[in-house]
Amino acid sequence: MTRFSGKTVLVVGGAQGMGLACARRFAAEGANLVLFDIEDDTVDAAAASLRADSHAVESVTGDVSVAADVERAVAATVSRFGGLDVLVHTAGIVKLKPILEFDERSWRRIVDVNLTGVFLTTKAAGRVMAERRAGAIVVFASTNAFFAEESNAPYSATKGGIVMFVRNAAMDLARHGIRINAIDPGIIDTRLSRALVHDPVAGPDYLKRIPAGRYGTPDDIAKVVLFLASDDASYMTGEDVIVDGGLTLGANLGIDDLGLQSAGD
Amino acid sequence: MTGHPGRLTGKVAVVTGGGSGIGRAAALRFASDGAAVLVADVAGESADKVAAEIAGSGGRAVAMTVDVSDPAQADAMVASAIDEFGGVDILMTAAGVLSFGSATQTDPQAWNRVIAINLTGTFLAARAVIGPMAERGGGSIITVSSSTGAHDASPGNVAYVTSKGGVAMLTKALAIDHAAEGIRVNAIAPGPTATPMLGSVMTEDEMRRFGEAMPIGRLARPEELAAAAAFLASDDASYVTGAVIAVDGGQTAKVGITLADLGTIARQQQ
Repeated sequence: MTRFSGKTVLVVGGAQGMGLACARRFAAEGANLVLFDIEDDTVDAAAASLRADSHAVESVTGDVSVAADVERAVAATVSRFGGLDVLVHTAGIVKLKPILEFDERSWRRIVDVNLTGVFLTTKAAGRVMAERRAGAIVVFASTNAFFAEESNAPYSATKGGIVMFVRNAAMDLARHGIRINAIDPGIIDTRLSRALVHDPVAGPDYLKRIPAGRYGTPDDIAKVVLFLASDDASYMTGEDVIVDGGLTLGANLGIDDLGLQSAGD
Repeated sequence: MTGHPGRLTGKVAVVTGGGSGIGRAAALRFASDGAAVLVADVAGESADKVAAEIAGSGGRAVAMTVDVSDPAQADAMVASAIDEFGGVDILMTAAGVLSFGSATQTDPQAWNRVIAINLTGTFLAARAVIGPMAERGGGSIITVSSSTGAHDASPGNVAYVTSKGGVAMLTKALAIDHAAEGIRVNAIAPGPTATPMLGSVMTEDEMRRFGEAMPIGRLARPEELAAAAAFLASDDASYVTGAVIAVDGGQTAKVGITLADLGTIARQQQ
C-alpha cells in the first residue's frame, strides 16, 4: 500500500519504540518524514537508518514541552517538504512511585511532557494544516487513561487528559478540515515497559491477563496509527482506539482459578 | 477511498445485512480488497444485486437470503460459505433495524423484534462462525453497534439503543472468550450514515441538516464505515480485539446531538 505517497509526516518521539515503528511504516508507504525527539544521537541514528533505505527524512532535536522547540520542528518540516499532512505524537515519560512519595518536580515534568507537549504539537501542526484545510493528527494516550495502576497516577492522569484533549480538539479542528484521534496502547514491548515484559517472573505472569496471549509489538501499534492517519478513517475524529490484545476487556475475577466454570456445569 | 487491493486476498467474508447500506458497502469493500464474499440479507434480491455487482467487477461472491434472527438460518449461512469458499475468515454483522419509542411507546412485540435482529442476530451469526473460524486458525468478527447505544442513550429510542449497547458488550465478551483461538472481535459504532435505513425516517432536507449539525459537518458515507470494517478485518488490526470504534464524525465526543433535535421522533410517533 502507498497511502502516504508524497505526504509529509512529523513523528514526535520518533527516535525509537512505537514512534520509530510508525516512521518506518510511513516511510515504506511513500511519506516524507521528520523525526522529532529529545536525544540527538538516537534521533539522528533513526533518521540515518531510514535514509539508508532511500527515504526522505529530516531529524530535529528538541523538547516537546518547550513551545519554541516544537515550533522549530514544524517550521523545519514546512521548509523542507512544503507542508504538513500528518502529525503523530508518541513522546511520553513515566515514573513509578506511590503518590505519597511522588516529588512535585517529577509530577510537573510528566505533565509538561505528556500533556502540555500534546497541546503544543497539536497547536503548531494544526495551524499549518489549517492553511490547507486538511490534516490528520494521531496522539498516543494509553489504556492507563481508563484503568488505574499502582504507583502510576501522574502518567495515567496525563493519558486521561490526552483523551479529553483529543475529544475537545476535534471540535475545534473539524471546521479546519483536520481530524484528531488517539490510540490507547496496552502493554507494548518498548523501552517504557521493558522491565515488566522481560522480567523472568513478572513477564509471563502478567501475560495471563492478556487474552491475545502475547505482548504487543511497536508494529501492532504503528499499523493502527497509519489507519487513523489515512483516508480510511475519514469519518473518525475525537475518538480513541484501544489496542491492547484484550487486556482491559474484563475485570480479572479469577473465575478460572476458583473453578467456578466447572461448578456451573 | 479506493480500497487496498490484495489486503484481504485469499480471505472469505460473510456479511449479514449485505444487501444495503453499511453492509453493502462492506461487502463491496471486502471484495475490492480481495476477499470472496457471501452476501446475506433478509431481502434476498438486494443480496443478489450486490453479489452480481461484485462478480461484475471481477470479484467472487454468492448471495443468500438469511433471517439472522433464526438460529438454523445463521448456521446454514456459515455452512454455505464453507461449501462455496472453503471456510470463513471474516464475519461482519451489519443486519439491523431502527426503531423509535420510549418504553411506554414500545410494545413487547416491537421490542422483541429489534432485540431478535440486532442483538440475538449478531450472537447467532457469531456463534455459528466461531467453531469453523477457530479450526481455520482464527479470524476477525466485526459487529455493528451504534454511536447511540455504544455509550450514549438517545431519547425515544429505547429498543434500538439497548440492542446496540448489547452488541457492544457482546463484542467484548466474544473477544475475551475467543482470543485464545485467534479470533479477534471488534465493533464499529457508526454515527448517522446516509443509508436507506436513515432515509426511511428522514427527508433529504432533514438528513442534510442532521449532517450539518455533526462536528465534522456532514453525515457519514457507508463507504467510510466499510473502510473501518476493512481495517478491522485485516492484519493491520492484529492486536485490536474487544474494541468498540466510533466512526461518527466526532458525535460522541460532543454532548447533545440526537435525532430528537430535528423532530424526527415526534413525526415517527404521529
